[in-house]
Amino acid sequence: MTEFGLRLAISLTQIAAVMGIVVITVLLLTLAERKVLGWMQDRMGPMEVGPYGILQPFADAIKLFFKEDIIPAGANKFLFTTAPILCLIPAFVGFAVIPWGPNQTFEVGGITVRPFIISDINIGILYILAFASLGAYGIILGGWSSNSKYSLLGGLRSAAQIISYELNVGLSIVGVLILGGSLSLVTITDAQAGGFWHWYLFALPAPQIFAFVIYVISAVAETNRVPFDLPEAESELVAGFFTEYSGLRFAFFFLAEYANMVLVSCVAAALFLGGWNAPYPGTIMAFIGAPSLAWIENTMWFAVKTYSLLFLFFWLRATLPRLRYDQLMRFGWKVLLPIALGNIVVTAIAVFIYQQMK
Amino acid sequence: MSQLFFGYFAGMIAITSILVVALRNPVYSALSLLVMFFHVAGLFITLHAEFLAAVQIIVYAGAILVLYLFVVMILNVTQDDRYHSQWRIAGVVCIPLFIESILLLSGGAGALNTGSSSLQSEPHEAITANNTLAIGKTLFSTYLFPFEVASLVLLVAMIGAIVIAKRDIGERDA
Repeated sequence: MTEFGLRLAISLTQIAAVMGIVVITVLLLTLAERKVLGWMQDRMGPMEVGPYGILQPFADAIKLFFKEDIIPAGANKFLFTTAPILCLIPAFVGFAVIPWGPNQTFEVGGITVRPFIISDINIGILYILAFASLGAYGIILGGWSSNSKYSLLGGLRSAAQIISYELNVGLSIVGVLILGGSLSLVTITDAQAGGFWHWYLFALPAPQIFAFVIYVISAVAETNRVPFDLPEAESELVAGFFTEYSGLRFAFFFLAEYANMVLVSCVAAALFLGGWNAPYPGTIMAFIGAPSLAWIENTMWFAVKTYSLLFLFFWLRATLPRLRYDQLMRFGWKVLLPIALGNIVVTAIAVFIYQQMK
Repeated sequence: MSQLFFGYFAGMIAITSILVVALRNPVYSALSLLVMFFHVAGLFITLHAEFLAAVQIIVYAGAILVLYLFVVMILNVTQDDRYHSQWRIAGVVCIPLFIESILLLSGGAGALNTGSSSLQSEPHEAITANNTLAIGKTLFSTYLFPFEVASLVLLVAMIGAIVIAKRDIGERDA
């Protein structure tokens, strides 16, 4: 039983570490988003709290924490409370299968520990998709239980949008799965080692450039970000599905949205951009004779890729206007879906020919 | 341990399935259906069928049930007009099911029974190595024909839906 206890302790430590990193990243993102938007719009962004405004996330958190918690009259209390939690859990659960660093192990008390992944299950990417699809429930139920027409409309829009774009996310990943021959993110990432020309974004025989573009667009739509933020279109729906939410419950929705952004960026980095692999063969640390420190370099590369994709989210927000609802649907079903399907066909044929030639 | 998990999942599936039809509020019904889908996925995992578990959640919980919820919310069904006197239909459906379950549970007594008890599945070796690969290979070799027929049926249904939807648009335009 002590072995079981040790395993439990190790797993809980890993989970706590990953949660900590994600929450810190979300805090950073809230500040980074305002700063980046500020710079892109030629203004300063938040400057008041702390030097250069860097303590703004903490001020926001404290404000949300102490805000009065209001449940609107006529709201369904049970669902109104459950909805933010239902939104937050799927956003965090997905991080369990993301490989943050090299696939190495070490022993603690006779137990093999893999420090850079919580759990390498062999259906990793399906697991993420399954829980990502559940995020819609939090939004749709939050909208419905608020007893407000703006919330309801926001929730329904969100449900339709998430179902439509989830399909494109799934189909754009299929090309990578064909190339990798596995559903495990660890195996897929390992297969992309040895320089950026081995990343599935560029890899022969079938570069997944189109799939990557579709994935990024659909991921933006799935996380309800500009230009696909119709569920919370403030000019039409006040604030969409969380119009009636305040205080900690609102903070949960907010946290879930940002955690989802981090999650889709991590998945994109792992699937298309080689995950923790450096864009050159091997690592610099191993080259200068310190291979035991290579994991620092690798995790840093993973962070660089993830943060670059997150920057793209802010960039899009500063650049693009919001789509109209029918444009959103037409774009998803009539443009992205055929390209994703075509990409699967082309990739499958290319991989088949490549295997025959070998 | 696996018996314990099976008991939990099976019990929750039974309870939530009853709640789906027993609850008055259709939104709660949909939610208990969601809980049920999760426990069915849990059952698949205890059988080492992770792929099926994930697909169960993605397809049923992630897509189909969201559409149900969508419809329930848009229609805003009031609680009273859901139950007309459907007792006769319920009886007609329930009596054969009841007889069937008695026949199945009584085990070796039935004439249909050949060899093993029908509720007990054959003891099989768990496919632990690569469940997804195994399913893919079986689908595209042994069950290729049923697979293709199923996809054809779905295609026909899809075309049918498009035809019905498009007819309305054509009338409005003309």
